[in-house]
Amino acid sequence: MDLALVWFILIAVLWTGYLVLEGFDFGVGMLMEKVGKGDKGRRVALNTIGPVWDGNEVWLLTAGGAMFAAFPHWYATLFSGFYLPLLLILVALIVRAVAIEYRGKINDDAWRRRWDWMIMGSAWIPSILWGVAFANIVRGVPIDENMTYTGGFFNLLNPYALLGGATTLVLFLSHGAIFLALKTSGEVHDRAAAVAKTLAPIAVVVAGAFAVWTQLAYSVTWTWAAVAIAAVALLGSMFFGNQGSYGKAFATNAVAIAAAVVLIFGSLYPDVMPSTTDPAYSLTLENASSSDYTLTVMTWVAVIFVPIVLAYQAWSYWVFRRRLSLDHIPEHSSLTFIKKK
Amino acid sequence: MDVLELARWQFGITTVYHFILVPLTIGLSTLVAIMQTAWVRTGKQKYYRLTKFYGKLLLINFALGIATGIVQEFQFGMNWSEYSRFVGDVFGAPLAMEALMAFFLESTFLGLWIFGWDRLPKKVHLATIWSFAIGSLLSAYFIIAANSWMQHPVGAEYNAETGRAEMTDIWAVLTNNTTLAAFPHVIATAFLVAGTFVAGIAVYWMVRKSRESKTHEDLPMYRTAARFGAVVMLLAGIGVIVTGDIQAKLMFEQQPYKMAAAEGLCHTEEGAAFSLLTIGNLAGDDCGSVQHLIEVPGMLAFMATGDWDGTVLGLDDLQEMYAERYGATTPDGEEISYQPNLMITYWSFRLMIGLAAFSAALCVAIFWFTRKNKAIDQGWMSKLAIISLPMPFLAGSFGWIFTEMGRQPFVVAPNPTGSDQIFLMTMFGVSESTSVTEVVISLTTFTLVYAILGVFWFKLMHRYAIEGAPNPEPEEHSTDPDRPMSFAY
Ligand code: HDD
Ligand code: HEM
Ligand code: HEM
Repeated sequence: MDLALVWFILIAVLWTGYLVLEGFDFGVGMLMEKVGKGDKGRRVALNTIGPVWDGNEVWLLTAGGAMFAAFPHWYATLFSGFYLPLLLILVALIVRAVAIEYRGKINDDAWRRRWDWMIMGSAWIPSILWGVAFANIVRGVPIDENMTYTGGFFNLLNPYALLGGATTLVLFLSHGAIFLALKTSGEVHDRAAAVAKTLAPIAVVVAGAFAVWTQLAYSVTWTWAAVAIAAVALLGSMFFGNQGSYGKAFATNAVAIAAAVVLIFGSLYPDVMPSTTDPAYSLTLENASSSDYTLTVMTWVAVIFVPIVLAYQAWSYWVFRRRLSLDHIPEHSSLTFIKKK
Repeated sequence: MDVLELARWQFGITTVYHFILVPLTIGLSTLVAIMQTAWVRTGKQKYYRLTKFYGKLLLINFALGIATGIVQEFQFGMNWSEYSRFVGDVFGAPLAMEALMAFFLESTFLGLWIFGWDRLPKKVHLATIWSFAIGSLLSAYFIIAANSWMQHPVGAEYNAETGRAEMTDIWAVLTNNTTLAAFPHVIATAFLVAGTFVAGIAVYWMVRKSRESKTHEDLPMYRTAARFGAVVMLLAGIGVIVTGDIQAKLMFEQQPYKMAAAEGLCHTEEGAAFSLLTIGNLAGDDCGSVQHLIEVPGMLAFMATGDWDGTVLGLDDLQEMYAERYGATTPDGEEISYQPNLMITYWSFRLMIGLAAFSAALCVAIFWFTRKNKAIDQGWMSKLAIISLPMPFLAGSFGWIFTEMGRQPFVVAPNPTGSDQIFLMTMFGVSESTSVTEVVISLTTFTLVYAILGVFWFKLMHRYAIEGAPNPEPEEHSTDPDRPMSFAY
């Protein structure tokens, strides 16, 4: 098989890993207040992702690095073009990382409260913007003959892209709710389950609309299969959620996210970033990729290391497999502020 | 200001900031792993306490390290997209490898370490901190390999059709002699930073506790930590000097410009001296007015060539050589100056070397005052310790500022014995689609956000440091699902 195609697929895999994993991290962040109700409840929610959230985020860094190595032009055009949305995402990720680690470091209600708002707020921004970004890539943006994006910021805000943003938002919310229902017990679990139940049909409608629009406007015949799988998976997730089988609901939701990535990448192929200025200026697998040598090297690296990473990440999920409830959360043991004299 | 200047400021600010946090993480993760190993092997409570104490400081630091690292991953695309197009085929590989081989390792095992104290058997738990430490070393390796390629491109060919550098030999890229010199130098720096950190805080505590009581039960623990830190400082200090010397010799071959600028050496000289104090208009980049007041004769020649009488090329000859080889004018007809900013290269080089003196002084003093089982109680030692703490951080930052600014006007400096087509001027690396407004927004945002988070970082580091080592019961390993978490956010 053509190596550029291999890498196109691998990058889709990396993004899938990222959206599935950090998708529920974001969902948990957004829902912390709603399902937590009070400091202890919020801590239950947050600690379901505590040991794993950073590992999940590395999927993004790997996807970014892989785009740089395998498709330098894609990396260059995309991130210099989508400048301000990317900046917002980065700021959100920065604040989020620090907020999660620092919120418990001082035993003071106001301190925790403020960081908790940061954790919640910073989860909304990327949840919306990743969808906006991907939708714009699929839709095509103005790119000139030098592979330079010429569109500006407001060009990125169009109805289709906003629907894309709404799609990732509801998918992550419902993914997070299901994850919380799966990983907690007691009252936090009950609230998460209720939220999951409300969100499931909304996810079906919003994501369904986005998938059909994508399919009709931008895609090719075979991706109907992805649309169908996504639909079945979302309906399945709704069904399992109502049954109380959250493991299955979580798995089917993950399948739906994967199918959405397949749909997006399938619609792009053989472009990686179509140009609306002139199709001849589009970035394609062919003209945006690295040399064969580099792709070969990177393929070997990926073939060896991706399974290793999957193995130890899976192990860490297994180590922290138990469900959390209010009873599992210890009293605060951190330091307090020094009293001003 | 234009996009180029702003983008340079942004890169400089964000990277220097990142590198303030990084060496502490790299060094301290290994030192904490050693402390924990000592605890697991001897069962002594003092090692457990030290692990917990310094481990907490490590975590506070790590969080901001991650946060600032994320920006780095994308910044090449945002502001430096033309650079990314030119180098991506080569430079992208180590970056992707870093994420895949190092960041996953670090982040996953750190999660296991933080939350796994009671969930994992003791030895498995110990292995998680070691995995984390190894991950941080690997990450440094790959990023240095990427950076070294910019300093000294190898293992690549210019492809006229695609207009970019393309990799021909990954092994050559990963074993670039520049990397093999820079990596140990950076790692030695990291251990100097962390050794000073561990020892500095321990000395502060020793003085404080011995004021309370000469036989305070915590004194032996802090004494152990101080001596441990001092040993690390000693070894790392030697490592820094040895590897620094190797780097200087390589630099002389690979980027003679940087060496000449580091000394403000205007004309080619035999047995060139190394000056300790200089007056004159370095800032105006006016070579003629430079006057050295205190000099070590032959020192520069020795640093560069290993021979006290060696010849060091001056900036005037180099300008001519480079203009001939790499072009005298830009496509717009402007004359190219191959001279980096003299003021910055000159002083950053000296500050890098000079600021390490504090660590050296602290190191010697600790060995002296803690001999024969004594504890330190001199008040001035506590002051020295606290003043020394930030110094290696600063030295490291100046080292980078020297390395990166001395490479100007290139972002990818040409390899004198390699392809004459593989080099890139910084001004041609900047993104074409990015507007001044955009960079102003991002530069301001990052600077502000980093400044605010930096305040919290400092507050927490300070708060935890002045609380001293906690003294909790070690966690018991348990698989009971109903047991409360040993740690929770
Ligand atoms: C505590 C920090 C520290 C200390 C005391 C020193 N260095 Fe250093 N130096 C660094 C921290 C550093 C660094 C931050 O780690 C750099 C930046 C890039 C790199 O590879 O390492 C560096 C770069 C660097 C370079 C530039 C390499 C290049 O641009 O290609 C040279 C020539 C030296 N060092 C040489 C020395 C010598 C001869 C030293 C003392 C005798 C010395 N350094 C002490
Ligand atoms: C692998 C590691 C690194 C890479 C790939 C890298 C790359 C770059 C690039 C692309 C630029 C912009 C072009 C320029 O203005 O020269 C730059 C500039 C700069 N970098 Fe690095 N850098 C690395 C590490 C560091 C570190 C660790 C520091 C400091 C802590 C640093 C300090 C700077 C500074 C101060 C500038 C601005 C120089 C200027 O204004 O011209 N770099 N570097
Ligand atoms: C300019 C190029 C650089 C890039 C693209 C970069 C990227 C990153 C990223 C994305 C992270 C976060 C990882 C996580 O989420 O776990 C990170 C952290 C880290 N980086 Fe950098 N970095 C750069 C410069 C450097 C340099 C020069 C070094 C070492 C000498 C370094 C060493 C580390 C280490 C050890 C960590 C983990 C520890 C910590 O976060 O404090 N980085 N970096």
